[in-house]
Amino acid sequence: MTRNSSRTRWTLALLLVFGLVAAACGSSSDKKGGGGDTSTTDKTLASATLSGSGSTFQQAYDETVIEAFKSVQPAVTITYAGGGSGKGQTDLQANLVQWAGSDAIPAVADASKYTKGTVLNFPTVGSPITISYNLSGVDKLNLSADTIAGIFSGKIKTWDDAAIKADNPSADLPSTTITVAHRSDGSGTTANFTKYLTLAATPTAWTLGTDKIVAWPSGQQAGNGNAGVAQIVQGTNGAVGYVDFSDAKAAGLKYASIKNKTGKYVAASVGGATAAMSTATVNADLSFDPLNATGATAYPITSPTYILVYKTQSDANVGAAVKGFLDYIYSDGQALAAQVDFAKLPANILSQAKAQVDTITS
Amino acid sequence: MAIDTELLSAPPPAPAPEHLGDQRPPGRGVDRAFRILAFAGGLAVLVILVLIAYSTISKAWPAFQDEGLSYLTSDNWDPAHQAFGTLAFSFGTLVISLIALVVAVPVSIGIALFITEVAPKWMRRPVVTMIDLLAAVPSVVYGLWALLVLVPALPGFYQSWHDLFAGVPVLGTLFDGNPIAGKAFMTAGIVLAIMIIPIVTAVTRETFATVPQSQKDAALAMGATRWEMIRAAVFPHSRSGMTAGILIGLGRAMGETIAVALVIGSSPQITAKLFSSGDALPAVIVNQFGESTDTYQAALIGMGVVLFFLTLVIGMIARAILARSEKKLGAA
Repeated sequence: MTRNSSRTRWTLALLLVFGLVAAACGSSSDKKGGGGDTSTTDKTLASATLSGSGSTFQQAYDETVIEAFKSVQPAVTITYAGGGSGKGQTDLQANLVQWAGSDAIPAVADASKYTKGTVLNFPTVGSPITISYNLSGVDKLNLSADTIAGIFSGKIKTWDDAAIKADNPSADLPSTTITVAHRSDGSGTTANFTKYLTLAATPTAWTLGTDKIVAWPSGQQAGNGNAGVAQIVQGTNGAVGYVDFSDAKAAGLKYASIKNKTGKYVAASVGGATAAMSTATVNADLSFDPLNATGATAYPITSPTYILVYKTQSDANVGAAVKGFLDYIYSDGQALAAQVDFAKLPANILSQAKAQVDTITS
Repeated sequence: MAIDTELLSAPPPAPAPEHLGDQRPPGRGVDRAFRILAFAGGLAVLVILVLIAYSTISKAWPAFQDEGLSYLTSDNWDPAHQAFGTLAFSFGTLVISLIALVVAVPVSIGIALFITEVAPKWMRRPVVTMIDLLAAVPSVVYGLWALLVLVPALPGFYQSWHDLFAGVPVLGTLFDGNPIAGKAFMTAGIVLAIMIIPIVTAVTRETFATVPQSQKDAALAMGATRWEMIRAAVFPHSRSGMTAGILIGLGRAMGETIAVALVIGSSPQITAKLFSSGDALPAVIVNQFGESTDTYQAALIGMGVVLFFLTLVIGMIARAILARSEKKLGAA
């Protein structure tokens, strides 16, 4: 065990513990937001406080963009408390927050729970979900959707299984037992990963369905948060798990290239995620699904994430601050995404989102 | 009470302090106020308990109604398909608590005996202080240590135990995995054992210290060795205290959340193979509550109710066993 990797392990473990003990308390990110010298926001906003909570998936990006926004608009205080997409949505319903982060748009059935009227969905960034693995001697791995489904539903038990060999004809695969790592907490990452398998794998290969928690086969290992899964993968030879891109990179994990709809094996990257988002169909409510997208360079397991705000803001200053913040995300904020391993939006979605910001009234 | 009134109404005898006589009426008022306060304090415990039970049950009701008895008897936990069976979690809680007791109780009694009977005088205080310090360490620290040190180290150890006991009837099954993994029932049980050793030790040590010296001297005078003296004089006298210590330890083990959530593996299954990953009630609640809604959330709150009654029932069973053993002892 090298010095560096044991430090990563401690960092991971600390992140994990923070997440578990105080899901509602956002730990301050160590990633510095840059881009202070901006001129896109022309007018100075009046003093306002925007509290937010929700998806932990987008938290690292939100914290970066909030910090950068503060240097342009010092009068506006923005906070983000994490807690999960579900918490963000209920907090917004209860008017505890002015904005919520969520990996999925609110369910149609829940519309009446939002007491202050229509909720607008603003996609902010995207991120690849990696299939990270730890297998000594194998530094490059290709996986197709059916193979991933077989591994995660427990049908493929060893690394030298014929299905994995078929994806990697030239690799020298050991007979190591596969240890599958999944999330122990309810998670949008799980929902998106299983949704990908539902879309891309043959229906007989993936039968567990898709949700924030699914009935995994018994005997697998689970960790809390992306950091928890990364920790299992890092510490176990033969382990494989789904981990979001930034956590996989932070833990120094190897990740597989995934066969996309066009038939190409594509490694996880922010560029591949943006490519996947650019071919997705965008609905009128700005929701879109970049999973299993077409395109030669599209990374197929790409997750979108949204900020939810009320269309009609009751306070003029708060309304102006919300618009200013979203405008910032869609201008200078997009350039910050790559710093924290998130993918910026493609041009088509960006222009629609910008137009929607103008419809917010107060 | 009777003595009090006599003291207050009759002229105080010589040794009674004089100022008592001056404050006779307020003294009585204070006494009354104290009674009310103490009564309210006692009642508050009951009221709070009932309110907690009521609010959790009412919040969990949708899940109970939806699932019926299979909430308790099914092991199919699949929120995506609205299936909420909690049996595998109750099983996990009981298994890891049992492992914790099996590991912790002999060790704790050993430590307590060492401190009270064996250790030289100069050593007792430092050892007691160390044990008490262990009790003050937050459980998350134990969990973190287990996650970083035990979880990577144990699979090799588990494997060798498995190889050693392979083929032995009961033990061969217990010391096996499905598959063998670092995050497992056994790992959680070991961490819990370490966590409850201080409290079980503290309570049993207090009890051992109350054994009359005369009884111990009597046993030794009869020619008993130190172990025979402990068996004949210390243990019979300390039975209820030891049980109380074990019960407190069990209560802590069953309710422990963070440390268990970190190391149990969160993969619900009912199996006799202790080196497999499993799941436990409190760990599931802390892991899944954040993203839950509606019936799913009700089902998670319901697990709190299950845990509540599980602890209650096991406590009562243990007390009944104790009462029986004391009766037997009295008859003998």
